[in-house]
Amino acid sequence: MSSYNLTHLMELESEAIFILREVAAQFEKPVMLFSGGKDSIIMFHLARKAFHPGKVPFPLMHVDTGHNFPETIEFRDRLIKETGETLIVKYVQDSIDKGTAVEEIGINASRNGLQTVTLLEGLEQGKYDCALGGARRDEEKARAKERFFSHRDEFGQWDPKNQRPEIWNLFNGKKKMGEHFRIFPISNWTEMDVWQYILHEKLELPSLYFSHKRDVVIRSGVLLGKCNYIQLKDSEQWVEKNVRCRTIGDMTCTGVTESNAVTLEEIIEEVATTKVTERGGRADDKRSEAAMEDRKKEGYF
Amino acid sequence: MSEKKGYLDMELLRFTTAGSVDDGKSTLIGRLLYDSKAIFEDQMELLEETSKQRGEEGVNLALLTDGLRSEREQGITIDVAYRYFATPKRKFIIADTPGHIQYTRNMVTGASTANLALLLVDARHGIIEQTKRHAFIASLLQIPHIAVCINKMDLVDYNQEEFDKIKSDFESFSSKLEIKDIHFIPISALNGDNVVDRSKNMDWYEGSTLMHLLENIHIGSDQNHVDCRFPIQFVVRPQSKEYPDYRGYAGRIEGGVFKPGDNVTVLPSGFTSKIKSIDTFDGMVEEAFSPMSVCMTLVDNIDISRGDMLVRENNKPKVEQDIDVMICWMNEKKMIPKGKYTIRHTSQTARCIVKEIKYKMDINTLHRMEDEKEIGLNDIGRITIRTTKPLFFDSYRRNRNTGSIILVDEATNETVAAGMVI
Ligand SMILES: Nc1nc2c(ncn2[C@@H]2O[C@H](COP(=O)(O)OP(=O)(O)OP(=O)(O)O)[C@@H](O)[C@H]2O)c(=O)[nH]1
Ligand SMILES: [Mg+2]
Repeated sequence: MSSYNLTHLMELESEAIFILREVAAQFEKPVMLFSGGKDSIIMFHLARKAFHPGKVPFPLMHVDTGHNFPETIEFRDRLIKETGETLIVKYVQDSIDKGTAVEEIGINASRNGLQTVTLLEGLEQGKYDCALGGARRDEEKARAKERFFSHRDEFGQWDPKNQRPEIWNLFNGKKKMGEHFRIFPISNWTEMDVWQYILHEKLELPSLYFSHKRDVVIRSGVLLGKCNYIQLKDSEQWVEKNVRCRTIGDMTCTGVTESNAVTLEEIIEEVATTKVTERGGRADDKRSEAAMEDRKKEGYF
Repeated sequence: MSEKKGYLDMELLRFTTAGSVDDGKSTLIGRLLYDSKAIFEDQMELLEETSKQRGEEGVNLALLTDGLRSEREQGITIDVAYRYFATPKRKFIIADTPGHIQYTRNMVTGASTANLALLLVDARHGIIEQTKRHAFIASLLQIPHIAVCINKMDLVDYNQEEFDKIKSDFESFSSKLEIKDIHFIPISALNGDNVVDRSKNMDWYEGSTLMHLLENIHIGSDQNHVDCRFPIQFVVRPQSKEYPDYRGYAGRIEGGVFKPGDNVTVLPSGFTSKIKSIDTFDGMVEEAFSPMSVCMTLVDNIDISRGDMLVRENNKPKVEQDIDVMICWMNEKKMIPKGKYTIRHTSQTARCIVKEIKYKMDINTLHRMEDEKEIGLNDIGRITIRTTKPLFFDSYRRNRNTGSIILVDEATNETVAAGMVI
């Protein structure tokens, strides 16, 4: 009987597929958030697996800050075209133009926080009652506390002190009008699991994840890639380095890491020996000790 | 290449912490990660900085899991934190749960999927009610292994007598529980004695360190591979040019092994058919077992929807409306006798009424209090419910997946109880 054992990676895959199907069955109008990063790409892949040979029964939504790496957008558009699934794009710029979001100013200005406004507006406009996300518990200490089915009040807020119990795999998606859920099928995956799975499934990724030459500036220990949205201080300058992204987000706050890894195998090798966390290079997390928790309470992912 | 294979083949152990407030659970997890070099440099810098700001001596390792603002303010754990780490031998998923009685439901959340529980005891205080409550919950959840970590040995001069006394106290209590395998380890989470490294202060202890136990304890599969159970989650009907007539039943196998060609019975209708194919995105498979997520097609066209279950003709679950369950109550609002609740079980949702409260457990003595008919927050008791439609279930002991239920309050939508079918 011992031959009936799933490897832990296949167990994680099965758990995620199970949750995706629960979402399709329990909610009226789900949407899957898609940023073009590796976790989103895995989520999308899992959704295609979950409903095969049918289509994915919900659309994808990208909250576009306008400050993306161009490689991400190209990749995103190609993936959607190839798979024939539906993508909705919501622009932070539209929220700024409407006056619901206000652009930050100063040298460290970022649109990362403004995403929350656009996201909540997008959910409301589309009358979505549930948003699927690729957040993982190993990313950050507030995320380590999140449920698979995370309940949000009518303002999209998370109440970490009062989460619903979540026992076994019996998920309770019941809610009142106006409330909604954030759902995280790959909660239990680690960065290593993600890379091993990408290798196992032979998934394609944006080129940013592999080593390439790029002009960067080093700011409070974080390497930021050159783009129009970052202004240099007098003391700073662009220097060319071999880098790759460990996470992909807004260009203004996603640090890149020095690396020569050009294949998945080399990346896995690197992940196995790294001494800093994946989000160690995220300026948005460094703003304060509870930066992530605070953003999540407001409705961020 | 061989290393890659190694990672994919690695065994997974899910464990949880348990025990009363301040007994050192979070500190122990911090110590375990620290001593096995599983803390990243930037995390460590943050810990050092935060500990200094808080005016603590040294680094407070509990802050590794106590990540919420209010947890840090109050110095206690409020909700489960999940941590992940791997050694060359195994991969671990840790649920660090709160000890405070007010947050017992979060302890149940963390413990419900664990194969092993680390039950902490403060060597100065010994076995107290909350220790017993958590041990009892662990046994109800059928967690097969319990490691009783007698902690803060540094505060009792690493004295063997203290350890022996607590050990025998626990044994006389646990003899009334159903726990397959119990280990006792004297530790100091604060100083690291017997956590990853063997203690130099307790020569009298000859057992293994906690890490050694975690890496070597035998973990069989907790899945049932005997009784075939396939609850339907979702019906896949592409109605596309490529698959005009495809009708697949998607779900996760919750027990047994299914193969194409097997005869199956559909519950509740009782119709029988044969499995035509077991499909996945990567192609058809020859067999599927729990906990695989698959999509099945049948040779006959019968009406099947979410909540139905495929089983074998000669091995059916119970199909009944009156169900006996042990429940842990998890809500401030007390259970209402004759009250109506929504019940969730596998992919089924029904309504139910609490028909009878048989008894409430006295956690200290494990006596059944048959005259106590009030079940409130953190109480454990046995009840009978009647559902609006038949459920297809096994006893929790036989199959966790088909023997577990939750009750949902119909006014607030909160999950108010976890139940194990007897
Ligand atoms: N002297 C000594 N103190 C310890 C030891 N382990 C933990 N402590 C202290 O006990 C206190 C409580 O520790 P925590 O790890 O937060 O306890 P906990 O069990 O996680 O508490 P809750 O999660 O709130 O239930 C802290 O001040 C720790 O430093 C130990 O081995 N020796
Ligand atoms: Mg704690």
